[in-house]
Amino acid sequence: MASSDQILQYCLSGLSTGAIYALIGIGFAIIYNSTGIINFAQGEFVMLGGMLTVFFLSVAVLPLPAAVTAAVLVATLVGVIFERLAIRPLKDAQPITLIIITIGGSILIRGIVMLVWGKDTHALPAFSGNEPLFVGGATILPQHLWIFVITVLIIAANRLYFHHSISGKAMRACSYNARASRLVGIDVKRMVLFSFAISAAMGSMAGIIIAPLTMTSYDVGVMLGLKGFCAAIIGGMSSGIGTVFGGLIVGVLESLGAGLVSSGYKDAIAFFILLIILFLRPQGLFRKGETERV
Amino acid sequence: MLRGEAITRTFGGITALDDVSFSFAAGKITGIIGPNGAGKTTLFNIITGIYAPTEGKVFLEGKDITGLAPEKLARMGMVRTFQGIELFPQMTVLENVMVGRHTKSKSGIIASAFKLPGHIREEKNIREKALSWLQFAGLGDLADQEAGSLPFGRGRILEIARALALEPRIIFMDEPAAGLNSRETRELAGLIRKISELGITIALVEHDMELVMDICEEIMVLNLGRKLAWGTPREIQENREVVMAYLGEG
Amino acid sequence: MKRELLKFLLFAIVVSVVPAFVSGGYLLNVLVFVGIFTMLAVALNLLLGFAGQISLGQAAFYGLGAYMSGVLTASHGMNPWVAMLIGAGAVGLLTFVLGFPILRLKGHSLAMATLGLGIIVYIFFNETVDVTGGPSGLSGIPNLTVGSFVFDSDLKNYYLIWGFALLAILLAVNLTNSRIGRALKAIHQSEVAARVLGVDVHLLKVEIFTISGVLSAIAGSLYAHTVMFISPTSFGFNVSIELLTMVIIGGLGSIYGSVLGAALLTLLPELLRTFQDYDIIVYGLLLILMTMFMPGGLVRGIPDAAVALYGKLKGGGADVER
Repeated sequence: MASSDQILQYCLSGLSTGAIYALIGIGFAIIYNSTGIINFAQGEFVMLGGMLTVFFLSVAVLPLPAAVTAAVLVATLVGVIFERLAIRPLKDAQPITLIIITIGGSILIRGIVMLVWGKDTHALPAFSGNEPLFVGGATILPQHLWIFVITVLIIAANRLYFHHSISGKAMRACSYNARASRLVGIDVKRMVLFSFAISAAMGSMAGIIIAPLTMTSYDVGVMLGLKGFCAAIIGGMSSGIGTVFGGLIVGVLESLGAGLVSSGYKDAIAFFILLIILFLRPQGLFRKGETERV
Repeated sequence: MLRGEAITRTFGGITALDDVSFSFAAGKITGIIGPNGAGKTTLFNIITGIYAPTEGKVFLEGKDITGLAPEKLARMGMVRTFQGIELFPQMTVLENVMVGRHTKSKSGIIASAFKLPGHIREEKNIREKALSWLQFAGLGDLADQEAGSLPFGRGRILEIARALALEPRIIFMDEPAAGLNSRETRELAGLIRKISELGITIALVEHDMELVMDICEEIMVLNLGRKLAWGTPREIQENREVVMAYLGEG
Repeated sequence: MKRELLKFLLFAIVVSVVPAFVSGGYLLNVLVFVGIFTMLAVALNLLLGFAGQISLGQAAFYGLGAYMSGVLTASHGMNPWVAMLIGAGAVGLLTFVLGFPILRLKGHSLAMATLGLGIIVYIFFNETVDVTGGPSGLSGIPNLTVGSFVFDSDLKNYYLIWGFALLAILLAVNLTNSRIGRALKAIHQSEVAARVLGVDVHLLKVEIFTISGVLSAIAGSLYAHTVMFISPTSFGFNVSIELLTMVIIGGLGSIYGSVLGAALLTLLPELLRTFQDYDIIVYGLLLILMTMFMPGGLVRGIPDAAVALYGKLKGGGADVER
């Protein structure tokens, strides 16, 4: 039987990975809300964040803050290029076409990274050492604190942007009704581009702050992306607090499951949750059901 | 034939239909008219199983069909067409009508994949029946054309032919004349009469008053979600309230 | 439908004489895999190309078929044919039961749910080490036999697997030209119209999902008995993506297109050995480029392009009717 300290430990580390999932999930939601597209390449932005930081640190020998900034910028640029080349030409395509295109984009990005930097796993140094801190009977690393702080900052910035800036409000308008937004003079295409830029930036940041804990390699994007999606589904595709809860729920359950049941099945837990939510409450845990049948 | 009892439907806080009761007589052509926003299409969608009503019941020949899914209603002999026409654009005209025979045939996946003898006979029958309905609707010579390439007016007729292939007892048409020119509308009126002569009950929502007054035997007028009047075209034309509702809107 | 039959017979003849022109066992061995992937691509195409329902978990059903056969024969000494039947039946039951909730979902939710299902199954292949041998795989799977005849060479396996593949093609072609096939296409093109005409859309989706699963499971059994060794990597997410690419390349809704897609994606990496490992990049590019520039796949795209080119050369760019 696990002690309460252990449980606390699992919960704490679950919360930190959950925060990452939340960030990724919000990235999904931002693009979905402005375009109706689920971007299957979302996880690759996360991977790019980690891998690019490793590159800028070790090859370009930049200091950490510069490397992080450069990595986020490049990942954002990739997001923008992806939107321009693959998404924009296909406006109004069937969902299935968009799914296939973004899957194509996802494996293309992953493949190119593998081609350039190989299949090795890379470590990113922790932002401020590995001296554990004690919380009750459990320990956490300074990196965990970085994750919490940065996640909170990003979510707050996100909220400020969407609720208090003109372009943020315009993006929200697009998500409610793209045609009406166009009529009142909002440049919908530009908002779609913005949404890709923002979620690429958020995704890459998530990839950077988790890399010191989990290591990174060309293929980490698949799992992280899917778990982020799981968070977004639980949150009912909201780009707000629902998805944050979704991420934390997935993170904690996964961590508890890995610790108490079996670590091998850890990745399966998120997908069980995903399937159960999709089967029972496809509109998410925090949204009222729709009644229309066709 | 088809009876509605106190049908109410709200969307959010808005009442689209309020306590509407009606009864469509067997074998007749009934028109449903009313100004924009009167609730005509909502009523259609409730009868044909696209939405469930918030309150009230629908009966088909005495059987409660409230909230039954469209595929179940099709098996009971109820079919509809759509305002924006819903064809299968990448199938041929004939294939479109062949789908209309779905409820009249029963080969399953296994029988179809292995081409069992019963299935071959059935396929032949489906093709013949579909072709004869196409000819009935006057589209016989377009059978092998892709449905998506038809001009709008032909598409509308095809949608009706496809619905007829089901050999329905009652057919609902949602604004069948919308988007048709006057020659096409005359052809449509002819086709609707021909269908009625087969003994099929017809109900239609329509804005083209000339058409409605010309072909309908009974008319229901809706206004702001309520039933305003019911009667023969003549009675409706002389009804002051109806005239007011239309004038008030314009 | 005489033309369809003729096309099929012609194709069957080509398939049966190919070994006479293939020198060396290696290429023949690759062609065996083309046969297996043909079955898998046809299975996915029935679902995706006809009914318009995506599945990113096809590799799971393929893998379940392979593992059922592998475990029942290698560890329990069961007759391979019986094991194949049990595998197909079990996967059929699983897909039928799961199909009901899964196919209530649409578009991206459906894609994610099937993807999630695929990954869960993959994790089980890896983790249930006592049963499956885990990541290091399961060996000692016997060849298929009929009486004293053992399918133990590439040539024998070629005919065995292509026999199955041809049957799958024939059944799929029959299906698509039937009442059921038309109903599937109808669902794809206007679900609401299909329902209004009495097509039980949900049930039909579930049924075709089941058929697709069973066909994939049989392909998996054949794979297990041909290669005699299986490990989880053959049934991972990448395989599902590979299948998707095959179907897209060949053309959604074209059965022979799936054969072409399976052949191209199986042969190309083998012929260009430098692709090793990097074939995934090619899949990504192909998926994007094909969807953008040739959404009908090669089977429709090449004739269209040829006709357009011919029209240009002849009539100075006049529009050509398809």
